[in-house]
Amino acid sequence: MTAAGISALLPLLVLSGGIVVLLMVVAWLRSGAVAFVGALVVLGATIVVTPLALGTGTQDIDGLLEIDGYALFFHGLFAFAAVATAVLSYRYLKPRAAHAQEFYILLLVATLGAAVTAATDHFAGFLLGIEVLSISLYAMIAYPQEGRGPLEAAAKYLVLSGAGTSTMLFGMALIYLVTGTLEFAPAGELSRNEQLLLAVGQAMLLIGVFFKLSLVPFHMWTPDVYQGAPAPVTGFVATVSKAAVFAVLMRYALAVGVVDAEVLRNVIVVVAVLSMVAGNLLALLQVNIKRLLAYSSIAHMGYLLIAVVVAATPQVRSFGVETALVYLAGYVLMTLAAFGVVTVLSDADEDAEDLTAYDGLFWRRPVLAAVLAAAALSLAGIPLTVGFIAKFYLVAAGVDGAAWILVWALIVGSAIGIYYYLRIVFAMTKRPEAGTQAPPVAWEGVISVVVLGASIVVLGVFPAPVIDFVRALGGP
Amino acid sequence: MILAVVLLLLAAGVLAWASERFVGANAPRVVSVLAFAVGLAWAISEWLGGPAATGLYAAQHIEWIPRFGISVALSMDGLSLLMVALTMFLGIIAVVSSWDEIETGHGFFQFNILWVMAGVVGVFTAMDLFLFFFFWEVMLIPMYFLIAIWGHENKGYASMKFFLFTQISGLLMLLAILALVFVHFRSSGEITFSYEKLLGADVDPAIAMWLMLGFFAAFATKLPSVPVHTWLPDAHTQAPTAGSVILAGILLKTGAYGLIRIAVPLFPQASMDFSFWAMLLGVVSILYGGFMAFSQSDFKRLVAYSSIAHMGFILIGVYAFNEVGLQGAIVTMVAHGFSTAALFMMAGALQHRLHTREMSRMGGLWVHAPRMGVMTLFFVVASVGMPGLGNFVGEFLALLGAFGKNVPLAVAATVGIVVAAVYGLYLMQRSFQGTPNPDVAAMPDFGARDMSVMILMAGALVWVGVYPQPVLELAGATIATLGVLP
Repeated sequence: MTAAGISALLPLLVLSGGIVVLLMVVAWLRSGAVAFVGALVVLGATIVVTPLALGTGTQDIDGLLEIDGYALFFHGLFAFAAVATAVLSYRYLKPRAAHAQEFYILLLVATLGAAVTAATDHFAGFLLGIEVLSISLYAMIAYPQEGRGPLEAAAKYLVLSGAGTSTMLFGMALIYLVTGTLEFAPAGELSRNEQLLLAVGQAMLLIGVFFKLSLVPFHMWTPDVYQGAPAPVTGFVATVSKAAVFAVLMRYALAVGVVDAEVLRNVIVVVAVLSMVAGNLLALLQVNIKRLLAYSSIAHMGYLLIAVVVAATPQVRSFGVETALVYLAGYVLMTLAAFGVVTVLSDADEDAEDLTAYDGLFWRRPVLAAVLAAAALSLAGIPLTVGFIAKFYLVAAGVDGAAWILVWALIVGSAIGIYYYLRIVFAMTKRPEAGTQAPPVAWEGVISVVVLGASIVVLGVFPAPVIDFVRALGGP
Repeated sequence: MILAVVLLLLAAGVLAWASERFVGANAPRVVSVLAFAVGLAWAISEWLGGPAATGLYAAQHIEWIPRFGISVALSMDGLSLLMVALTMFLGIIAVVSSWDEIETGHGFFQFNILWVMAGVVGVFTAMDLFLFFFFWEVMLIPMYFLIAIWGHENKGYASMKFFLFTQISGLLMLLAILALVFVHFRSSGEITFSYEKLLGADVDPAIAMWLMLGFFAAFATKLPSVPVHTWLPDAHTQAPTAGSVILAGILLKTGAYGLIRIAVPLFPQASMDFSFWAMLLGVVSILYGGFMAFSQSDFKRLVAYSSIAHMGFILIGVYAFNEVGLQGAIVTMVAHGFSTAALFMMAGALQHRLHTREMSRMGGLWVHAPRMGVMTLFFVVASVGMPGLGNFVGEFLALLGAFGKNVPLAVAATVGIVVAAVYGLYLMQRSFQGTPNPDVAAMPDFGARDMSVMILMAGALVWVGVYPQPVLELAGATIATLGVLP
């Protein structure tokens, strides 16, 4: 491996080295605070070295990893999301888990898994990354000691995510059978039978990915897991694990040309449309904010598939990738902000998941309410928020790539979506009953959601720096 | 300078919100009035200063998102100036008229008013379609809050309906904007949202029709025109007085402005082909709005339906495709802003005093409040289209224009004026005249503050009615540059 290769690997090296060091430290110092600070230091260092790695250009690491601007974008994004998750979890976990050292290490491992997933063009790396991510997540979801919600959610996630992975693995095996390589590469000349086999393999791979992205009709587990998992972990699952899987899907689709195959393209379009429509329609029925956000994330993943479909057209390829990156950046910010507010408002006994818990929040806690309103309006795609820029990108990409069915589904989906996002905002504007006292909340949690909320608005008004940055990265 | 004014309103909004906590409950209202006064003074000084050689009173251009050729391009010609001045004036009126109505959350209330108006000023001056859409949506959220928080008994339903209608039609416009941009991109190789550049886009006629309909959907919903008008009676009825004043006086005008500035000039041929249907919708709005107004028992709802009828005149004026018609549409925009805003203030004042909007619980109020009676009579008569007042000039010109384009439709629209007289006088009769309602023992009359606001509005209507020349000149300068007339 060259020196350039090593410097390209810096974020991953810092992250994995940090995990090892932290493991040893907490073996001596059984303290949640030390693990928390240690995790922040490791993640901070990861964020710092990511720009250094950017200077090296695309580096292929033994065929297993492909460190390019695209991968490093996700490394930075995941580390950022992990910082927010760690900060939000600290006070949240105190009453729920007596010793929370391992939680932060699991968080780092999950981040590492996600980072590997986003940086691989090889099935081995793909599987490795995704499993490291998922297995850490099972433990993180089940972390609180009390209550059956987390345990139930973890079991459900374990079973269904495992089913997804095995489907994917079978798909990979079939693809390997035909192409003879584990790398993401287009197949050469194939006979009729081989073509069929490849299509089946790719379809199985896609089904596994759809499971992980919780796209309709493979979404059944999502609301239950989102509801049962501890709120900060739900935020992490909804952002980092989704973005990682999406990153590798995009890479695979572009490298292999999955979307070029008429059948598979149609499958993706149908799944996208179903997710947008069903996700939004089912969200309408929810009275639990975690379930509502679960259905909304299903719809958002459906929107994102537009970028994958569009990027298959050669002249729109780079625009499609750009769209996906801008959208994911915005999506991560607004989803983290929404779950962050849920976390901060949760008390020692239960999560603030009932929509009625938000009645009159504007008058009780104007700052948190403003952040949640910004997040909800951003998810709905209203201007002045980054969600609008993201949605604008998707519509533009859809129009440019002439994906009219998807664009119309996006419009219909957004129209339905506005209704339930506004319901959150409306609940917060209600007059509170006299004498309701606002319980104290964690100040560090408030700061982190305010930072998230502010970045939603700032990037919504001045998106040019992010756009220029993303364009400079280049595609996978 | 225009951007500075928009930012001034936005900053004043934040200041007003903060001032409630740090200064007192009165401070937000004062901040708000001062901000609008500065804006009005600026608009008038630009007017008196006269246009530059380009025909613009002010213009600005700052790069915003170069990736998509999006810039903060703002400019103010005659039409924009007229609308901006009206916005600032009605801003003052809206704040003063709801001085005593709002009991809680003064700071946030004024914040929302100022932010709506900032969005409106942006819409009236934007010269970039992305920016236009941006401001179009910026108006929406604060208006939603105004209705949802300070509205009356059924505010949740009304605010949601308002938001959904506007937002969905807005998405159609966004789609049309993007499609236009990419059509232009394919033919010219330049990606841009600039209004001036897109004016010259070479669009296939079949596609142009679809794109035009996308814009038309958004503007017709905002205007509103039958059949997408159903949000308006609910929103108006439930909104607090200041919200109704802004909604009727200004927000509806952004729909009309959009038709004149965007939909017709960008797609002149498609608009011409569509003109019969648009005029038909206008006539249906006039008649339907009139008949519905007559069958209301709620004071505010009646005025709301009458708005739909008045907006119909704008539609037929714009799509008559002649100078007279367009002039009529623009004068109607201004005059309707004054007359309907005043009637909504009256409805608000009555509700504040009687805690009802039902006309069956009014009657003979003149006995208790002669000053309110006189002012109501004045604005009812204005709204009905009495010669000598602004609405008459506007509607007369719009009808004249329509007559040159399509005689049967113009005749049908004229029937609307008769209907207007019926519901207008019916409103007056049920509320202020007739047998005094025994349930209403006494009712405080307008004080000096309310009267001065009313007299200002009345004066403006008389001015537009008797000497409309300045308005016609401002509008005429713009019409000449739009290049839509054959």
